[in-house]
Amino acid sequence: MSAPALEARGLARRFGGLIATDNVSFSVQPGARQALIGPNGAGKTTLINLLTGVVKPSAGSVFLEGEDVTALSPSRRVRRGLSRTFQINQLFPDLSPAESLGLAISERNGSGADFWRQAGSKPEIVAEIEELLRRFGLEDAMDQPTHTLPYGKQRLLEIALALASRPRVLLLDEPAAGVPEEERRDILAALAALPGEVAILLIEHDMDLVFNFATRISVLVAGRLLCEGEPAAIAADERVRAVYLGEDAHG
Amino acid sequence: MSAPTRSENPTRLAAHLRRRARWRWPEILFWLAIAVAIFAVPSRAALINEILIAGLFALSLDLILGLTGVVSLGHAAFFGLGAYTAAILSSEGIADPTLGLVLSSLIAAALGLATAPLLLRGADLTRLMVTMGIALMLGELANRNSWLTGGADGLEIAMAPVLGLFPIGFTGQRNAALYSFVVLFLLFALARRLAQSPFGLSLLAIRENRLRAGALGISTPRRIIAIYALAAGYAGAAGALLAQTTQIVSLDLFDFHRSADVLLMLIIGGAGNLYGGIIGAAIFIVLRDVISGATPEYWEFWIGALLVVLVLVGRERFAERVRRLLDRLKRPAAWEEAA
Repeated sequence: MSAPALEARGLARRFGGLIATDNVSFSVQPGARQALIGPNGAGKTTLINLLTGVVKPSAGSVFLEGEDVTALSPSRRVRRGLSRTFQINQLFPDLSPAESLGLAISERNGSGADFWRQAGSKPEIVAEIEELLRRFGLEDAMDQPTHTLPYGKQRLLEIALALASRPRVLLLDEPAAGVPEEERRDILAALAALPGEVAILLIEHDMDLVFNFATRISVLVAGRLLCEGEPAAIAADERVRAVYLGEDAHG
Repeated sequence: MSAPTRSENPTRLAAHLRRRARWRWPEILFWLAIAVAIFAVPSRAALINEILIAGLFALSLDLILGLTGVVSLGHAAFFGLGAYTAAILSSEGIADPTLGLVLSSLIAAALGLATAPLLLRGADLTRLMVTMGIALMLGELANRNSWLTGGADGLEIAMAPVLGLFPIGFTGQRNAALYSFVVLFLLFALARRLAQSPFGLSLLAIRENRLRAGALGISTPRRIIAIYALAAGYAGAAGALLAQTTQIVSLDLFDFHRSADVLLMLIIGGAGNLYGGIIGAAIFIVLRDVISGATPEYWEFWIGALLVVLVLVGRERFAERVRRLLDRLKRPAAWEEAA
């Protein structure tokens, strides 16, 4: 059997006395459509930061396609095929979408440090930028400064940038967060059209989106993995209902 | 702007990515104007030389501050090191300006390479203090090692003619300005080329959002170290030019006010577009020359006022207001034309 695309083994992280991540082991298979859900404060953000290398674990390890990447920096992990989007847009406000995508592509194919070549002089990179712009409906805005784009377009660029690194595992952190209703459909269409061979872990609050998208769901509660399974099983799980109903009762 | 059709997009895309590649008329005129000024006003060649050197120094700061977003209040460390290296080389018998310039620049770049890792951690305030501290240390080292640097007396140096043909110094002020001009132009053209490369774009990405730059796989520490070393080399070249063309070096080259002045010039001229530093240097030095001629010791008041206006009003808004005012003045003429 081939190795999982992404695997966490006994991952733990303490911040002083607080245990944000408590012995989490789980895996994402190649090409999976998996979701990670959990109430506020369940430790989803910390878990993403552990997986991408922004935060070092107190214990445990992270494997990417069977290789231990626990010691690697975030940018190294990206070059190994682990890419992510951000819950709050992390874009380059004064660069255009075309320039931003060009950066990601050049970096991936090893020409990102070329200092003597004019940017835009490699036809294959230009063609790939063009392809990504078209796929995400960003053609009209391609040469505008990113900060002038409508919010929904910026959300699409978030995903396009992550995909430009040609990841084998893609972590999507609440891709539809804050997107107005009329632009939501574009995001959902973009998610549905993501390449099938890329393993995707969707971190999301929006249950409609989760149950539409995922074929497997992992539930995180208080830093621990509560349960995992197919959407129908998770929807029927008493413990999961208790957690969410409990949260609803408060909120 | 007409909506482009799909088939036009690759051309539009390629044109967009390469839009800054070609030298435009205003740029060509800018450089021609400097060259003309050197020949047209030979009596002010020394002032022009000073502007060109300060402009190169500010260009160097623009590489790290304007392009990459790394702040520094100790850029004089590299300027002073370049100047002293050029002076010491000449006193050791290496009197050829070009060779001295290259060696001084390389030594300053080496110091940049060695100290850049100190700038990778912490926030802007940390970097301001670290860069300032390094400049202080270097200034004190120069003060203490007077056997090498002449201490408080400084060093007087004699240079051979540039390329063995053009004597520089008090008897060759125009040649000195031309020498500085050629060096500035070559280093500018190199920086311009670099800024438009994928490497240069990645520096902008680091300035705009370091977190995301890392998330695209960009190794941000390496890029910062590389550009910092290059900027240090540029500052070293500026220092060497000053030493060679004025034929004297003194400890004030390491002074804090040098680091602060170059930051002022860059902010006044506008950071991030490579020309701002040169323009800022010209404004700064000409204002100082004009105002201090009229009211000595008072010129910094006006530089200060200009700085406050630029920072509070913002350069774009300031420029926009000037543009609107000009438009309003022009409008009657346009209206008459239409009628």
